[in-house]
Amino acid sequence: MAAAVNPADVFRQEAAELLATLETTLLDLEAAPNDKDLVDQAFRSLHTLKGSGAMFGWEALADFTHHVESAFQKVRDGVLTASHDLISLTLASLDHIRVLLERPEQADRVRGDALLAAFADLAGTHAPGVKAAAHARPVAAACQTKVFRIRWRPARDMMAFGGNPLLLLNELRELGPCTVTPIVDRVPPLAEIDPAGCYLGWDVMVTTDKPRSAIDDVFIFVASDSELTIDELAVEDDAGAAPRLGEILVKRGDVAARDIEEELGHQPRLGAMLVQAGKVSGDRVASALGEQKHLREAAKVRETSTAGNTIRVPAERLDNLMDQVGELVIAQARLMQIAGGGSPLLKSIAEDIERLAGELRDTTMSVRMLPIGTLFSRFRRVVHDLSRELGKSVELTMAGEETELDKTVIESLNDPMVHLIRNAMDHGLGTSEQRRGQGKPETGRLHLSAVHSGASVLITISDDGKGLDRVAIRAKAEERGMLQPGQEITDAELFGCIFLPGFSTAATVTSISGRGVGMDVVKRAIDGLRGTIEVSSEPGKGTAITLKLPLTLAIIDGLLVKMADERYIVPLSAVEECVELTSKEDHRSDGRSFLNIRGEIVAFVRLRHLFEVAGAAPKIQKVVIVGIGQSRIGLVVDQVLGQHQTVIKSLSRLHDDQEGFSGATILGDGSVALILDVPHLVKFARERETATRAA
Amino acid sequence: MAKKILSVDDSASVRQMVTFALETAGYETVQAEDGREALALLKTTTVDMIVTDLNMPNLNGIDLIKQVRALPNFKFVPIVLLTTESEDSKKAEGKAAGATGWIVKPFKQDQLLAVVKKLLG
Repeated sequence: MAAAVNPADVFRQEAAELLATLETTLLDLEAAPNDKDLVDQAFRSLHTLKGSGAMFGWEALADFTHHVESAFQKVRDGVLTASHDLISLTLASLDHIRVLLERPEQADRVRGDALLAAFADLAGTHAPGVKAAAHARPVAAACQTKVFRIRWRPARDMMAFGGNPLLLLNELRELGPCTVTPIVDRVPPLAEIDPAGCYLGWDVMVTTDKPRSAIDDVFIFVASDSELTIDELAVEDDAGAAPRLGEILVKRGDVAARDIEEELGHQPRLGAMLVQAGKVSGDRVASALGEQKHLREAAKVRETSTAGNTIRVPAERLDNLMDQVGELVIAQARLMQIAGGGSPLLKSIAEDIERLAGELRDTTMSVRMLPIGTLFSRFRRVVHDLSRELGKSVELTMAGEETELDKTVIESLNDPMVHLIRNAMDHGLGTSEQRRGQGKPETGRLHLSAVHSGASVLITISDDGKGLDRVAIRAKAEERGMLQPGQEITDAELFGCIFLPGFSTAATVTSISGRGVGMDVVKRAIDGLRGTIEVSSEPGKGTAITLKLPLTLAIIDGLLVKMADERYIVPLSAVEECVELTSKEDHRSDGRSFLNIRGEIVAFVRLRHLFEVAGAAPKIQKVVIVGIGQSRIGLVVDQVLGQHQTVIKSLSRLHDDQEGFSGATILGDGSVALILDVPHLVKFARERETATRAA
Repeated sequence: MAKKILSVDDSASVRQMVTFALETAGYETVQAEDGREALALLKTTTVDMIVTDLNMPNLNGIDLIKQVRALPNFKFVPIVLLTTESEDSKKAEGKAAGATGWIVKPFKQDQLLAVVKKLLG
């Protein structure tokens, strides 16, 4: 059975998803304001948000959303159009709703009211009592823990109706820490007991972050027949709020702790005295003492807990963990090799360790990896807001959102990418009029893409704007003495200048960019990630900025292949199939380097030739067919050894510029295998193919 | 061992939804189309809980509950009444007959499972 989940958490998650969907819908709606389906979709999202919000105790959120929903009802009815103003206002409201959802105690009421007033202006109606409604309920007691005292005496015949009081007590326990004291004063003498009757009552103290309604729900079926009182108790914020006389005396050193205990031991307790005097029954006192203890503990918990099931860990510790897991995987591979020829007992232990190491690797990786889409989707909003601010129409497209990248890398990418996007939108893309003049579609295009390439991830931000102004950059560089007039320089070097501090060719400084601050910050941020930036630009056609970010330590599944005595790794994700290259075919294809794979012509590269391996090739060679995007090529190797968990180690600085390899790994026997850079090899094969055809 | 729950409803779709939700959550289920069939079934098989509709041909939910409570084997079995009416009169009537709890239709699977968990543990 599924583990019990907290409905409030489920709501929070559901609502977050709803908000994300709604944001997408609104942005789509902006592009197609007359699309009835989109309006309906937006309305439904708002409606669900409001409905479940009220159900799960988010009243302020429900109230606020209600007014947004009303506006969309008007759009549905055709009274109001989904104008840019309405969409922008709604987007702003989503941000407010998010705050109401996640940190209701921090919600800014003034802002909420201002938003609602703006809605009323747009809709031409002033909703009466908006403010009253928003203020009437205290925002969100849902997060703070509270202590409830529940005194419950079920109906005598509860069990005869299929009820089970223990299950309800268990349900209360699920709400939070409980102190349960049974009240037995109505239990009759044994002879008079009806075995099916329920004579017990319970006093329960529960500490919970759920609203009072959650407790009412527990008793929903029995409340009408039971004696039931539920009270909320005040918890002191400070557990030791009022130290007692004994404690103070001990702290001052006036009396030894043991003396106090001794004295208290002689003195009968208040409870015991009351019981003796027949003023109150023993279990009532036990219950009251339970309450005292429970309240004290609740206060202690409130002191120490800073709420939340997530912990923050310094990235450095995760790095260490990752390194150690990498070493473990290598050690485990060696163990497997030794155990392969050993006793069955050793083998079974080695297999266990293989499984555990694999799981540990996956868990450690998953802790750190996030799809880059989480970052990209944030930019939709940035682009939307900017295009309004600049009065430019821009369409944002994305590809490769599922590409996973280290969380810390993703987080540090946010600011540089925002800079790059702002730059592209401010300088690169022109206004609709300018674009029309250049014979381009009025709407500018901005494209974000991410792709894995060997041990790196390439992130490209491209636009179809006017491109970088070589003349202006050159002039500025000469003016600043960075270039001699007439000095020969490549495009890459020239474009590199834009990343220098204080370098701006913008004629006007806008609020968005042009101050020459930004690109150098971008460069520094990417350098910090040990990445590189490449700029390519064509006048009139656009600019593409590619960030190449290395995965400093990653573990991939690789295919181990062999040539002569050397072993190499082909990243398994690129491998499509392995076929044989018989000597007959080898001779036939000599000079052509093409292979017919089920009717498709595939170029192949003899790695023996490429790497200048001495000696003769074996009679039957293997071809590993690898693919990158649409291109497929074959890599001819001597032997395919099998799958291998590969810990990528980057090459030393001396070998860094070596083409054809993206890294190296350490094999089970301690020797080193180079990892083939498949994209590079594919490129190489295609260029050679073109050259051969031309010749 | 998985707890067995009897779903009584003349609507096949409701029975299906109930049994699907319960089986997904790991319970075993049996079905009956109305109160009469349910009573016949209970003569030969034992269940840990009953989820029954109110309005059914032959024998309605209230009468089914009354007769089930009279069976010695089923005195303590939790019975949940499904009602479309949210009025207290039906709830009270069901309760007087011996129902343990009720769910107002339409309901979500989660709500059903929450009630089952509340009454069956």
